[in-house]
Amino acid sequence: MKHRTGWILLGLAPFAIMVLAFQVAPILSMLMGSISKPGVPGFTLNHYDKIFHSAYYLQAIKNSLLIAVYSSLIGIIVGLFCAYSITRFTTKIRDRLLMLSNMTSNFAGVPLAFAYIILLGNNGVFTLLFKQWGWDVFADFNLYSWSGLVLIYVYFQVPLALLLLYPSFYGIQEQWKEAAALLGARPWQFWRTVGIPMLTPAIFGTLGILFANAMGAYATAYALVGGNYNLLAIRIGSLVAGDIVNQPEVGSALAVLLALSTLLAVYLNHRMSKRSQQFTASYASGSSSKRIRSRKQQWNATKEEVGT
Amino acid sequence: MNQRKVGWTHRSLMLLLMIYLLLPLLGTFLYAFAKEWQTTVLPESWTLEWIREMFRDARFLDALWTSLYLCLISVALSLAVMLPAVFVITVYFPKWETFMKGLVVLPYAVPGVVAAVGLIRTYSSGFIDITGTAYILIGAYFIVILPYMYQGIRNSLLTVSAVELLNAAELLGASRMRAFVTIILPNIWPGVIISTLLSFSVLFGEFVLTNMLVGGHIQTIQVYLYQRVNESGHLASAIAIAYFVFILIVSTVLMKLGKKFNKVVGR
Repeated sequence: MKHRTGWILLGLAPFAIMVLAFQVAPILSMLMGSISKPGVPGFTLNHYDKIFHSAYYLQAIKNSLLIAVYSSLIGIIVGLFCAYSITRFTTKIRDRLLMLSNMTSNFAGVPLAFAYIILLGNNGVFTLLFKQWGWDVFADFNLYSWSGLVLIYVYFQVPLALLLLYPSFYGIQEQWKEAAALLGARPWQFWRTVGIPMLTPAIFGTLGILFANAMGAYATAYALVGGNYNLLAIRIGSLVAGDIVNQPEVGSALAVLLALSTLLAVYLNHRMSKRSQQFTASYASGSSSKRIRSRKQQWNATKEEVGT
Repeated sequence: MNQRKVGWTHRSLMLLLMIYLLLPLLGTFLYAFAKEWQTTVLPESWTLEWIREMFRDARFLDALWTSLYLCLISVALSLAVMLPAVFVITVYFPKWETFMKGLVVLPYAVPGVVAAVGLIRTYSSGFIDITGTAYILIGAYFIVILPYMYQGIRNSLLTVSAVELLNAAELLGASRMRAFVTIILPNIWPGVIISTLLSFSVLFGEFVLTNMLVGGHIQTIQVYLYQRVNESGHLASAIAIAYFVFILIVSTVLMKLGKKFNKVVGR
């Protein structure tokens, strides 16, 4: 028995050390940093106070929240329609389309920002082309501003939304549509009263992931606008590693705020995915007995939702 | 599943989506091979000069090499640490799973910038001063790929019913260690390879941590690309395309392996 415990400890020790050293310790250190007085012992909430009274930091937070909300909402709407569309194709074509969107979701960060600079930057191919053709509509568009950032953020949100959403469409069964049609419901009535409510947990769960994804995105914005656009992630980066090294504590406090927002969003996703799993379980499980059981679960879940 | 004929709305929607998603890629691709491309839809003349220049560029080759060995070391370390740990947890402490799930979701939920802040604070002063060295980066990479490795190894262990296999082996007189090496490892290997490749491609695309922790000292392919973006557009597109082709190869291999593995398990 003793021999065995030795092996177990030996197996776990390196893992525990790595996690403690590179995950737990940094998070603790950041939390401590955000409430410590620079240079002297003791705790203070001054850094948070400073952030919430500084127009500059508040603007960074606001910009980040806005861009995360906008890009997530656009992403989820486009994603919803495309996810529904994708489930209409045959399995073979569907898998190809999914592979392509999966591939483009790898195309993020610096290379993505760069691709957009080539296409729509100051000397971008399309920018020059539109100028030559005299399309003034695009003359006001500036890639290095708010609209450009939203455009790029939407680009990496759409494939993610699509990949996360499409499985839940299989939870909506063809028979239900037929039943609804037989009872005289039009397609939009079916979607409004049955389809969308069924998808709601999946939609909110995906929104959580998209929001966290946009809040934490750094590389794309950094490569596109450098330190020029006031975003929370960029502000943190420059406070800690950049030119203004004199306020690492404020950087820590901002980082804690950012982490709080993303943790909350991921938690939302966790709660919601539990719910939507009950909906889509019938698709995932192959055997009929399981299907019957999970239908029952679906029924219970729906009841629960109606009840609350 | 009986599929009705796909309507033109769905077809055109998918077509639009694919154009939207592939356009930036296509643009970069064309730019990497274009000689003159000013005011036309397609480039006026083509050249392989940028690709050639890329391979002649010593800094590019250096960065590629740095990226490769840093990612390889990190993934290898992660394998060496995670395989026994996940095995022990799945077999002996199944009750810890909820805790572990929470632990491995943290790297997902905490953005890279935030992780970098904590790491810099912890390791830039005091008795362990390793900021700017490869050590801190490998540690950070270990945490980045923690979710993928944990899930991959755990799922493989569960699909091959590791606990039952282990009990059977013990019943037949094999020691735990021997059972782990000769029975469990060969069985979970395909699944582990998949998560290893996935981790590798994730690390290859990592920019935030690399730039903030060691940006000035160690140049990976992403950091190099970032520095090149403002210099020569054509050369940078060649690099971006080379990077993307590499990721494409890795993910194709991943998918093929995934299909194969599913077949083996499903037998």
